[in-house]
Amino acid sequence: MAGIGNSGSLHLKSLVKRYGGFTAVDNVNLEIERGEFLTLLGPSGSGKTTLLLMMAGFQDITSGDILLDGQSIAAMPAEKRNFGMVFQGYALFPHMTVRDNIAYPLSVRKRPKAEIGAKVDEMLDLVHLTDFGHRFPKELSGGQQQRVALARALCFAPPVLLLDEPLGALDKKLRIEVQAQLKEIHNRVGTTFVFVTHDQEEALSMSDRIVIMNHGRIEQVGTPSELYQHPRTVFAASFLGKSNFLHRKDAVYALRPEKIDLAAAGTGQGANTVSGVVQSVTYFGAMLKYQVQVPELGEIEVDVDAWRGGTPVAEGTTVDLTWANTAAVRLEIEPK
Amino acid sequence: MRAIPRHALNAGWILVLPFVVLVGALFLGPIFNILWLSVSDPTPGLGNYTELFTSDSLGRILWTTLRVCVICTAISVVLGYSIAYAMVHAAEGTRNKMLGLLLVSFWISVLVRTFSWLMLLGRNGVVNSTLETIGIISEPISFMRNELGVLIGMVHYMVPYAVLPILASMQSIDGRVLQASRSLGATGTQTFWRVYLPLSRAGLVAAALLVFIINLGFYVIPAVLGGGKVLMVAEYISVQVLVTLQWGTAAMLAALLLFGVLALLFLMSRFMKLSTVFGGARA
Repeated sequence: MAGIGNSGSLHLKSLVKRYGGFTAVDNVNLEIERGEFLTLLGPSGSGKTTLLLMMAGFQDITSGDILLDGQSIAAMPAEKRNFGMVFQGYALFPHMTVRDNIAYPLSVRKRPKAEIGAKVDEMLDLVHLTDFGHRFPKELSGGQQQRVALARALCFAPPVLLLDEPLGALDKKLRIEVQAQLKEIHNRVGTTFVFVTHDQEEALSMSDRIVIMNHGRIEQVGTPSELYQHPRTVFAASFLGKSNFLHRKDAVYALRPEKIDLAAAGTGQGANTVSGVVQSVTYFGAMLKYQVQVPELGEIEVDVDAWRGGTPVAEGTTVDLTWANTAAVRLEIEPK
Repeated sequence: MRAIPRHALNAGWILVLPFVVLVGALFLGPIFNILWLSVSDPTPGLGNYTELFTSDSLGRILWTTLRVCVICTAISVVLGYSIAYAMVHAAEGTRNKMLGLLLVSFWISVLVRTFSWLMLLGRNGVVNSTLETIGIISEPISFMRNELGVLIGMVHYMVPYAVLPILASMQSIDGRVLQASRSLGATGTQTFWRVYLPLSRAGLVAAALLVFIINLGFYVIPAVLGGGKVLMVAEYISVQVLVTLQWGTAAMLAALLLFGVLALLFLMSRFMKLSTVFGGARA
């Protein structure tokens, strides 16, 4: 992998974490490749943070193993693993300046002063905070604090960077900006990033691969487009994006709202055509969201491009819904 | 927010006026009286204060007071820090029990505690007889009528005062910051010296200040456990007032203590906000 940083591969083998009778992480197997941006996505309580803390060394393992570049690190304490970590709420040292925060991992390793100074300058430049070195964390905005946390976690060239919902505290607009910066930094350093989030848009826009987690298990692993276009389970289809679920005989199909076309009654032409009554229309600027009651399918959500879709159809109108055969994805019935 | 109208402010002052008068008459009045006595008795002038530089006994007493207070503060704060650290890291049930024990010792009168030490530390006390029985010592150790006894009594009294401010500041430390330190490669020792200790420093300073100030005015413990051999300022003042009737000297020493404490607070306020030291709202 190209990049100014270090990078390593992680192999999680049959990882289990139990608290008493509760299984937080249930037999997780995962290969994280050198230099990739991997996102653990799931609702709260899905085990994604526990899994990250096990990689970091802050949670001990009930059973299973973790390999870094083929070497087991399961028994290694957190401070020996050399992983960078960005915490929820950043966990900056409030009594140190930005420079001292970033220099911390190098100074506890007793590196020479000149080397530390040069490295801190480089990191400040990487996160665009060159003029903020002498400020204290509380004098910075949330986004700036987040960048300091990132610089601090990267400055000792860790093979793996673990990020625990690092953007959770930022407002939506800032979050999108920081997502782009984070992605850019990942490209520049080339370090393996393991990113935990419950925000599906964040996962889709940043990741090389996404791991969808639910109830301590991996539901599905894949690139963002693989997961979006070909979800395998009901959970994957509903957690990542929205889906209509069509029950046909003993199979379930997922159909994305934007893959359905809406036409005037009797004019619908497609492999699949059904007729229904518009229950509600909601305007979202770029698109219109219709809820359409279809007798044989129930309520179906349809997204229509607001600009190309023409005049909105009024509530109570009967319409035709059509979609291509490839639009509906057959799901695996979840083992119960 | 709207400014409070002027007349409302005046009405408020009328309500608190009785208390202001009360505080003035019963608290500030006597203090000014003491300050006045220190420069007017037996003759007007600074004669009482120049005694500080000419009298050997006064110098010795001040030196003893300072030495005992500094040693006691140091020991109390170190013990208090260790206890607070143990409490913060204990399970919640254990922590509450520890806090209960701490508060119980707070509520026992200093007189009762001092006489208990008298029983324990005497020549034929529990400590000496136990040590003799198991053969560690052949002669009783003299714990009393010396600084050792005074220090044991004072440290015992002061430890709870040291624990509470330290405990408060330790409890406000974010656990993730310590995790962050470890994830960045710091050992436990490094994390303690470079992160934990600096973040609990405000509590440490508050505890030291509190203990030192209370120590300065200690009377009962030095009088009883020191048995007249360890003369500290408070006891000397009492002797001047009750026995030798040199009120001017007594007032001068009292004023000295007062200014000493104020100077200490002033010095501290130059390094840190006193409101954070004493647990006030953080700005």
